[in-house]
Amino acid sequence: MKVFIYPYTSLILYDLVERFGHEPLGIMTEVGKRVRTPSIESPPLNITAEEAKRGLKYAAVDVPSGVRGRMGVLDPLIERAEAAIIVSNARLAFGCMGCARTNELVKYVIRTKGIPVLELEYPRDEEETEQFVASIKAFCDALGGGKGDE
Amino acid sequence: MSERIRIALISCGSEYSGVQKEIEWATREVGADVVFPEVEIEDIERAEREFGLDVASHDLLLAIARAMSIVEGRTEVDGVFISTCFRCAEGAIVRSEVQRYIHRNTTLPVISYSFTERTVGTTLLTRLEALVTTAKRRSLLALEEQKGLTVGIDSGSTTTKAVVMHDNEIIGTGWVPTTKVVESAEAALADALEMAGVRATDIEGIGTTGYGRFLVGKHYEADLVQEEITVNSKGAVFLADRQKGDATVIDIGGMDNKAIAVHNGIPGMFTMGGICAGASGRFIELAAKRLGVSLEEFGRLALKGDYRRVPMNSYCIVFGIQSLVNSLAAGAAPEDVAAAACHSVTEQVFEQQLQEVVVKEPVIMVGGTSLIAGLPRAMEELLHTDVLVPPNAQYIGAVGSALLVSGMLRLKEGADGT
Repeated sequence: MKVFIYPYTSLILYDLVERFGHEPLGIMTEVGKRVRTPSIESPPLNITAEEAKRGLKYAAVDVPSGVRGRMGVLDPLIERAEAAIIVSNARLAFGCMGCARTNELVKYVIRTKGIPVLELEYPRDEEETEQFVASIKAFCDALGGGKGDE
Repeated sequence: MSERIRIALISCGSEYSGVQKEIEWATREVGADVVFPEVEIEDIERAEREFGLDVASHDLLLAIARAMSIVEGRTEVDGVFISTCFRCAEGAIVRSEVQRYIHRNTTLPVISYSFTERTVGTTLLTRLEALVTTAKRRSLLALEEQKGLTVGIDSGSTTTKAVVMHDNEIIGTGWVPTTKVVESAEAALADALEMAGVRATDIEGIGTTGYGRFLVGKHYEADLVQEEITVNSKGAVFLADRQKGDATVIDIGGMDNKAIAVHNGIPGMFTMGGICAGASGRFIELAAKRLGVSLEEFGRLALKGDYRRVPMNSYCIVFGIQSLVNSLAAGAAPEDVAAAACHSVTEQVFEQQLQEVVVKEPVIMVGGTSLIAGLPRAMEELLHTDVLVPPNAQYIGAVGSALLVSGMLRLKEGADGT
């Protein structure tokens, strides 16, 4: 299944979801498209003002353009998500995220999408870390229909 | 200082709003390079602890860490441009506090701007040009006397002004409405030359500023073509005789406003623009027209009125006039309406722009609008301080240009060894 990860920049979550047999939905793929597209006009992200307008799908025009632009980039991931793992209070190094208001909106959109969601706190010691990984494994196993079964 | 000017970009959301390329374009256009101060994860975590502002957005924490990198000398730059999304409360708080922090701890010029996805590079040009000028021409801005016979032309959005100066004195002035940019400049200059009693061929140097500065500068092959921020700062402290120490310059223009914190004649923090024409001289012009009085008379009326009697809290020139028409229809006195219009304009300048600069006395109001007596009075009431309107305040841009071009010529002479 396609599993949305939050923080959507987390390489660790991306790796865990992939190891446990599902397709992780991280922002790297979307950013990658905007970096590798020919005739990049706004490096490092080939994003234009149109993206912010696309974000109107999620937030009104009085929401800052940076929030709407981010939502425009995340839209394909949110659309495809069949499950999600949300980790709260993560350290910067775990998956640095830009705008706090975007993060609030993304979590809300995911929680109200009607898909299975695993919510976890960022682990603070070894024991919590083991429990953290075990919870993700159990969630992924319970989802069934791994990547190869689609 | 390196050959090319290095402007540190401290921003949040610019990449995702699609305006990053506009910022970079405008920076390149003014001959500068964009620099992103390098920081480590530890620096961001330290910023969270040491800066003292708890912010939820990681990009804003990164912005604070970048500011600390500049202040602590880990990144060398010549100026700083701080930019966050328009309408983001947290962004606005960080923008303002980081600006104050850099201003307090360095001598770097800093400007800030809140963008939308519609922000285009041309809007940013004047601001970045001022930033670069302040960084590049500090010695020029430090000059305090006008020498020789020079001319300054300010081609503004509403009026064109020209002055002829000779050895620190204004000897001729011209003031005409801006219609065709070059022709208006010619008319204003002709008046100024006639009043001064000098011939165009005697002029040693010409400086231009204002919206039409490039066109007028090209027409006269001007020696100095300069944006309004630095020119007005210099002109204001010169005319007000406050060239040393701190000052705050406020210029309510026909189309946009400038608020500049000046130290020893050099702009430090400044903002330019405004959200809506409701905060402009154009609104006052329309209000005076509706009352059927001249701008001068409008100013005098405002002094007699009480703004509290007329509701006029408009961010929009159309709705502002609507408030005015409704109030008159309901029987409001013209003097109260005039006072309310002046209060509304100054309130917006206070809310939108003066919040972004550190207001230090003396407060100097300049430009044609400073002569509309109700405006400086309203500003005094809002700031609870005296507002200085220097003589010839309406010629501020032209005077600043004439002054700076004389310095420019002297610096050139020095460089040539003559």
